[in-house]
Amino acid sequence: MKSFELKYKSFGENSILIEWPSIIDENILKNILLFKLEIEKKISTRNVYLKSSYNSLLITYPIINNTQNKVLELKKIYQEINFIKKQVFNKWEIPVCYDLSFGSDLEYLEKSLSINKKEIISLHSKKEYRVYNIGFLPGFLYLGGLDKKIRHPRKKNPKFNIPKGSVGIGGSQTGIYPNESPGGWHIIGNSPINLFDSKQSPPCFVTPGDKVSFISISLKEYELIKIQVESKLYVFNKTVTND
Amino acid sequence: MIEVLKSGFYSTIQDLGRFGFENYGVPISGSMDQFSSIISNKLLGNKDNDAVMEITMTGPVLKFLETTKISITGADISPSINNNPVKLNIVHNINKGDFLSFGKLKYGIRSYLSVSGGFLTKEVMGSKSMYPNITKSFRIADGEYLKIKALNKININPEITQIDYLKHFKTNKIKVFKGPEFDELSDKQKHNIFNKNFTISNDNNRMAFQLNETFINQLKPIITSLVMQGTVQLTPSGKLIILMRDNQTCGGYPRVLQLNESAINKLSQKHMNNEIKFELINALK
Repeated sequence: MKSFELKYKSFGENSILIEWPSIIDENILKNILLFKLEIEKKISTRNVYLKSSYNSLLITYPIINNTQNKVLELKKIYQEINFIKKQVFNKWEIPVCYDLSFGSDLEYLEKSLSINKKEIISLHSKKEYRVYNIGFLPGFLYLGGLDKKIRHPRKKNPKFNIPKGSVGIGGSQTGIYPNESPGGWHIIGNSPINLFDSKQSPPCFVTPGDKVSFISISLKEYELIKIQVESKLYVFNKTVTND
Repeated sequence: MIEVLKSGFYSTIQDLGRFGFENYGVPISGSMDQFSSIISNKLLGNKDNDAVMEITMTGPVLKFLETTKISITGADISPSINNNPVKLNIVHNINKGDFLSFGKLKYGIRSYLSVSGGFLTKEVMGSKSMYPNITKSFRIADGEYLKIKALNKININPEITQIDYLKHFKTNKIKVFKGPEFDELSDKQKHNIFNKNFTISNDNNRMAFQLNETFINQLKPIITSLVMQGTVQLTPSGKLIILMRDNQTCGGYPRVLQLNESAINKLSQKHMNNEIKFELINALK
């Protein structure tokens, strides 16, 4: 991996925003996450908080007395990064039931995309997705890598109540609603797992940089996994990847 | 213990927020007007971060089932103890069986009730601040019982008697820094944003305040990026949205301004149709 030309911007009273080139790219994401990790290692001050997105990293300090000094400190950390080092991410298999009782918009997409249901499901579940970000709602994953053939604009009028676990397509993104919420994505299935649980530490098992793939399950399997999840017996299929 | 006879329009328990989980999509939350919530805690000798009740517009009716001391700060919603009007910003002794109720809203919109030692609702992920799907409930309900700390000796902080409380409510100036996409605005937009008055729309809550006025917006959306409490976004429809304490952690609209902490506190006391004016902070540090 190479190093990028970064922009450092003062943001509000106590934060510094670091920006990468404005494109969605796995190498940029990995570069951001590597930098984040190094900052966490080297700036051990309490109450310094970091968050990342597609092409930026935000660092919030308890107080900034001299922005220039902070930027110099960050630049030095970036320069010292060993970009050859392999990064390790988890790859998660997430079960999804694409039954029509869950996939309330599958038939609409079938017509709108002129692709049959089976093909939509197969294109959706065949791919590996990269987690670029978690936000919008606690535990909502921003997944990149949706097959071009099944991309579809969001609904003009968002629905008020999308059920928990709904798997949807919104533009070039796909994702799972971690809890019931309003939303404008087209729903094609439902996952019985919990993506967010405030009683667990960390509350979401996935972190940015991880990979996710969807495994098509039947209604029967869905019911079984749901029971396993509720009784905390469900074990994820997880592998480790350097990719 | 406090019995909630009526919960009011929108009452929640808040401390100063839930930190360290934003990368899981969890907002920081915390009391909207932290200037006022901190004073209410300081009056009682509590820690700044002790949990308080945030009361919005219409107050609750509460019955105290034990002796304690309380203070009420922030908006004036005409509080009474056993139907006798009481002052804001001082300590009141509460006896077992006393009732606290509220009346007419006189100024501000959010009032803070502190009890000696703080509310002892359950802490989740390092904070007692209520938020959907994090805490058991996201607002206080009728008939609920709230645990409070047993009354202790009080050390009143003398310096807080010097504060000019009303100044916090009178100003319409909202101090801001330039946001990351500010420079992409046209010269005319840059001029207008600091010279026009804006009004708060009815779309205002703990997540965000939308303003009524419309800008002609030619800015492109950005790739989902990072926002904070107090970030001002320019939406595709040309409306400004100011993110508040329960804000989403990321967003795709251009971030044109950023409020400072004190401006977030002041804005938290504004309501529908109130006028505000952005004032640029010349910050080079």
